[in-house]
Amino acid sequence: MPGTEMTVNGGAVNVAADPDTPLLDVLRNHLGLIGTKFGCGVEQCGSCMVLIDGMPEKSCGKALSTVAGKSILTIEGLGTPERPHPLQQAFLDEQAGQCGYCLPGILITAKALLDHNPAPSRREIALALDDNICRCGSHVRILRAVERAAAVMRREGVR
Amino acid sequence: MNTATAPGLPQTLADNPRLDRWVRFTAPGEVAVATGKVEIGQGVLTAMRQIAAEELDVAPERIRLHSGDTELTPNEGYTAGSQSIQFGGVALRLACAEVRSLFLDHAAERFGIPRAELSVRDGAITHRGAPTGQDYWSLAADIDLARPAAGDTPIKPVSDYRIVGESAPRVDLAAKVFGGPAFLHDMKLDGMLHARVVRQPRRGATIASIDEPAIRRAAKGPVEIVRDGDFLAIVGNDETAVEAAAAVAPGHVAWDGVDALNPYQEEARWLLQQPSVDQTLGAPPADPAPAAARHEATYTRMHVAHASVAPSCGLAVYRDGKLQVWTHCQGVYPLRAALARTLKLDPAAISVSHMQGPGCYGHNGADDAAADAAVIAMRRPGKPIRVRWRREEEFGFEPVSPAMVVSVQAALDETQRPADWTTEIWSGKHTNRPGGGGNLLAAEALPDPPPAPLAVEAVGPPGAGTRNGEPLYAFAAKRIVHHLIAETPVRTSSLRGLGATLNVFAIESFMDELAERAGEDPLAYRLGVLSDPRARAVVEHVARMSGWQPGAPAGAGHGRGIGFARYKNMAAYAAVVVEIEVEETVRVLRVWCAADAGLVINPDGAINQLEGGIVQATSWALKEGVRLDPSGISSRDWEGYPVLRFSEVPEVAVELIEPKADRPPLGVGEASGGPTVAAIGNAVAHALGARIRDLPLTRDRVMAALLKA
Repeated sequence: MPGTEMTVNGGAVNVAADPDTPLLDVLRNHLGLIGTKFGCGVEQCGSCMVLIDGMPEKSCGKALSTVAGKSILTIEGLGTPERPHPLQQAFLDEQAGQCGYCLPGILITAKALLDHNPAPSRREIALALDDNICRCGSHVRILRAVERAAAVMRREGVR
Repeated sequence: MNTATAPGLPQTLADNPRLDRWVRFTAPGEVAVATGKVEIGQGVLTAMRQIAAEELDVAPERIRLHSGDTELTPNEGYTAGSQSIQFGGVALRLACAEVRSLFLDHAAERFGIPRAELSVRDGAITHRGAPTGQDYWSLAADIDLARPAAGDTPIKPVSDYRIVGESAPRVDLAAKVFGGPAFLHDMKLDGMLHARVVRQPRRGATIASIDEPAIRRAAKGPVEIVRDGDFLAIVGNDETAVEAAAAVAPGHVAWDGVDALNPYQEEARWLLQQPSVDQTLGAPPADPAPAAARHEATYTRMHVAHASVAPSCGLAVYRDGKLQVWTHCQGVYPLRAALARTLKLDPAAISVSHMQGPGCYGHNGADDAAADAAVIAMRRPGKPIRVRWRREEEFGFEPVSPAMVVSVQAALDETQRPADWTTEIWSGKHTNRPGGGGNLLAAEALPDPPPAPLAVEAVGPPGAGTRNGEPLYAFAAKRIVHHLIAETPVRTSSLRGLGATLNVFAIESFMDELAERAGEDPLAYRLGVLSDPRARAVVEHVARMSGWQPGAPAGAGHGRGIGFARYKNMAAYAAVVVEIEVEETVRVLRVWCAADAGLVINPDGAINQLEGGIVQATSWALKEGVRLDPSGISSRDWEGYPVLRFSEVPEVAVELIEPKADRPPLGVGEASGGPTVAAIGNAVAHALGARIRDLPLTRDRVMAALLKA
């Protein structure tokens, strides 16, 4: 079967899988990108959030066929321990997490927000993150971390 | 080898007295430290590392921490009840102190130097501060740590602490923030097969028929159907195919013996009509009863789900007569014992290793998912099996926290203070763990299922359903009357706080009601009956933090309330003030919390736990109740079981009272929940001018209260 072509974290990939396969399964099981998490499978919790052509989308509900030719960004493409994205650094600085399972999805949603709104209010950040569930109650730290990252990015001109 | 246990050891050190079960010097420059406590999102690995590094005098980076592994770590039971630091940490601290001391004793003898002149600096033995050229690793071969702890080594004075008491960053956070392997769910073994279980809709249900072709068609790829008795699973190497089959499978299996339940039981008052096992704890009623005045009120709560952000997962492989299991449950040894019973294996043939999972707030589906994987692995020898529950499976089949009714009755003296107090509790079981008499779901589905767990629950402190049922206030006579309801419509077990959440809500709501009767400010009224100085200190501190003003008018749509408890009456003290507004729904705006947790190993970690407890308890108070229909739990997704979202989260401020004081550590993980729920209830009563005694405090209940007001 001819594979589906797309770009993941800046690199071209060709995935030989059933076109109905959820993008989340493609990322985790076919491409080994386990940073994106399964939470609910019905687009309600945001654990599986990725950017598709710059827009935050829940990958559990996106069939592979719908992302052909598109550009996907996952948590692995956001930054690395050596070169952390300001959001990742801010989450570490604020110790914004408990179990941490929700964090990849939240970081991706926050990245999309800051890409479109470099100076969000606390309320705007919270509303943007309403698609993501955190059950441990790390919300206050997470909001603080996103504010911190936004300030750093504005100061350093990061996009 | 002498294996006698020294008297007076911390419990888990007494249970696991051999020092080499706790500390070993393996690779040069590295210390292998083991704890039976596991990371469930609460940051315990970071704190344990600090404790070990401090007491051994090594840099924290040298600690290689093993946690929750039947092959590598001591058996410390469950990671539960806010006991990891208060008990497990204290045991580890003493073991480490003793190991350090043994090395210094040996060095003193070998060098012929007075023991008092020797010390340790980052693992190196120093003499009056100068290097001796020896260290833990060079001396390790001379010292046999396979000996029982004597327990007589002094621990380091708090004033010497350099590592404990500092807010060390979480050791596990970076992997999570960068999307690295961090969770059991991310683990992949060679040749691993994916599996999903088709659950018995109700306990005791039996399979009538299975439409296998329909299930296989949905898979769109090869899957195996594994059946033993009424245990049914779908297995294959393509997770997508297995999941697709599992999604439709419940519609293609017909069951017999499915008892319909009464959906009315989703509200707690049905408990009042049930047969119960009754026990009374505390002082007998005063005779004659103080007769100045009486007050009585009844409070309820629905079943509450753990609702971890992701469903449970378990991995297992059975090879050469040995079963290896990976789990994110709270107790690897109790799970091993339960698996041995279920699979009729020798426990020695089973190893269980903990790996991290999504946040765990009590007995969720983790043990069951591990058992599912083990049952399938036994039937497919050599094949690693990964079971990941489906979201609706976690909501529908995890044990939930039981619905509860609490009635408080008080006889008041002439100053309107209780002279005689009764907390009367109706609840299903809060303790149904596989190690505590409860069963594993898979075991119930296999042929020859075990009997239903007995209706037994310890009432005495710290209790379960009775937890925090005794108010800490200085009343002359206090008692708890506990009605344990044996039969509940759905499986129930431990959720963060257990009975304390509703008991504290009831007690603290009642205190506000009494203050109102007395015409006094609720905060001042509490201080009038609170003699424990540490309790008074947190209440007074949170009053200062929140700028508490007596006499704020009630019924204005804007309110503030206070709640206080010492968790289990033996762990951390917490006082919480909340500010809310109510229109049709309740919105919590700000929360202040003062807590006394004794010596705090990692202040930021403790604050993180208290904050998390506040947010989770806000969610419990405003939103959470498991919904039932005749077939069982019907709230099987996040729309049916809504939790607090980011835009609904209050601002939270937490302060610790004297976290570096030389006092025993007190467990903090569950301390803020009850006081938060109580404070919200009191703030809502203040804002509405009418009290809601049933949780959650939903829009419907607010509207009903407004109509009554």
